Amino acid sequence: MTRRNIMTAFLIAFCVGLFLAPIASAEQVQVAVAANFVPPFKALSVEFEKQSGHTVEVSAGSSGKFYAQIKNGAPFEVFFSADDERPKLLEDEGLGVKGSRFTYAIGRLVLWSQDPALVTGEDTLKNGKFKHLAIANPKTAPYGIAAMQAMMKLGVWEALQPRIVMGENLGQTSGFLESGNAELGFLALSQVLDEKLKGKGSRWEVPESLHEPIKQDAVLLVKGQNNPAAKALMDFMHSPQARAVIERYGYELK
Amino acid sequence: MMLSELDFSALWVTLRLASMTVLVLLIVGTPIAWWLAHTKSRFRTTIEALVALPIVLPPTVLGFYILVALGPYGPIGSLTGITLAFTFWGLVVGSAFYSMPFVIQPLHAAFEAVGRAPLEAAWSLRASPLDAFLTVASPMAIRGYVSGIVLGFAHTMGEFGVVLMVGGSIPGKTRVLSTTVFDHVEVMEYTQAHIISAVMLLFSFLVLLGVYIINRRFPIHVS
Repeated sequence: MTRRNIMTAFLIAFCVGLFLAPIASAEQVQVAVAANFVPPFKALSVEFEKQSGHTVEVSAGSSGKFYAQIKNGAPFEVFFSADDERPKLLEDEGLGVKGSRFTYAIGRLVLWSQDPALVTGEDTLKNGKFKHLAIANPKTAPYGIAAMQAMMKLGVWEALQPRIVMGENLGQTSGFLESGNAELGFLALSQVLDEKLKGKGSRWEVPESLHEPIKQDAVLLVKGQNNPAAKALMDFMHSPQARAVIERYGYELK
Repeated sequence: MMLSELDFSALWVTLRLASMTVLVLLIVGTPIAWWLAHTKSRFRTTIEALVALPIVLPPTVLGFYILVALGPYGPIGSLTGITLAFTFWGLVVGSAFYSMPFVIQPLHAAFEAVGRAPLEAAWSLRASPLDAFLTVASPMAIRGYVSGIVLGFAHTMGEFGVVLMVGGSIPGKTRVLSTTVFDHVEVMEYTQAHIISAVMLLFSFLVLLGVYIINRRFPIHVS
């Protein structure tokens, strides 16, 4: 073959490939995961893939965004929400499989700063030695609501208004903190216990009495009800092994 | 009324941001466009490519650099102590890069169309270079200015990626229309999203229509 023929063959193969690429294998499961649960979920999916031979495709984002996307036909098969309200709504609306919903974790809120001396307790919020306080958007992220409730209970919400900056979800919020653009902010304990941040900075674990419990529910979606990989993942989440990983990342279990 | 005070403050921030960005780009961009139109330097092509870069660069890349490079731990941020995230001026800097080609390219084209001949005529009549630029070249290149201002303004109104990355969604400071639509959609407030989207759609169409009408009405005459 001449060089030109080889080039042509490659070009044709590439064009054909363009149309083939989106077809996924049946052994794959598409999962939408709330940003706070991404660190443990990565560890969990590695273990799940090893045991089951299935592969897991993870999308990370805010629970609010995923709920809106699922309602509009997003191809997710399992949804790990950061609250218990949206999975229930999906079940009621016929988009989630009835009876599949369960609380996989109860989240813990933490006030965190890259600065090892900045966060000492609730007084850190009151003495106000910072310019920006990052939270996840309370409209779309349950940890944002919890942060708001805690600040309201402490009586600092109004006063801190001008300094609050919002990330779309907890992932972006932790980005604001890690890059140092915001001095402190509210994250999930799971993020702070993840390898990247473990042992760094200073933190205050917000007492659970300051906010409504962050019950995080998962639901099998109708799109995944015939996918063995999706069902296997739901079962795996109930296993003692999975529960141990979840606890290690600072969540409580039911 | 369906729209809240937040939506109107977002409109105000958006208009302020677009105006400020265009102003900055006129001040910085005019000399660059002028230089590009007249230079014979071998760096010309490189500068032209740099100016056009934001057309293809994802705005999130710009946002990422502002967040990281200009953050307190970044190379520029730690040297100068200047941080731009979560501020209106940070958005202006990001938008100025983002909309740069939309202001500089029409100016560049207009200056090129005017050419050297009218300037040389002015110089031969003892006009100073600045005088020749202000009273001869600029009026002749008016079409370039109008297109640049209108396109730069409109393009900045649609700015999304940079704001999402570094804005922090602060009402009255960094919350703009495009991110407000995103927020409304995320919480399924489709009515509000519809209203703002329709306004943006109509506005964008009218702006482009205006640019095309201007281009027809004011051709650049070089005799």
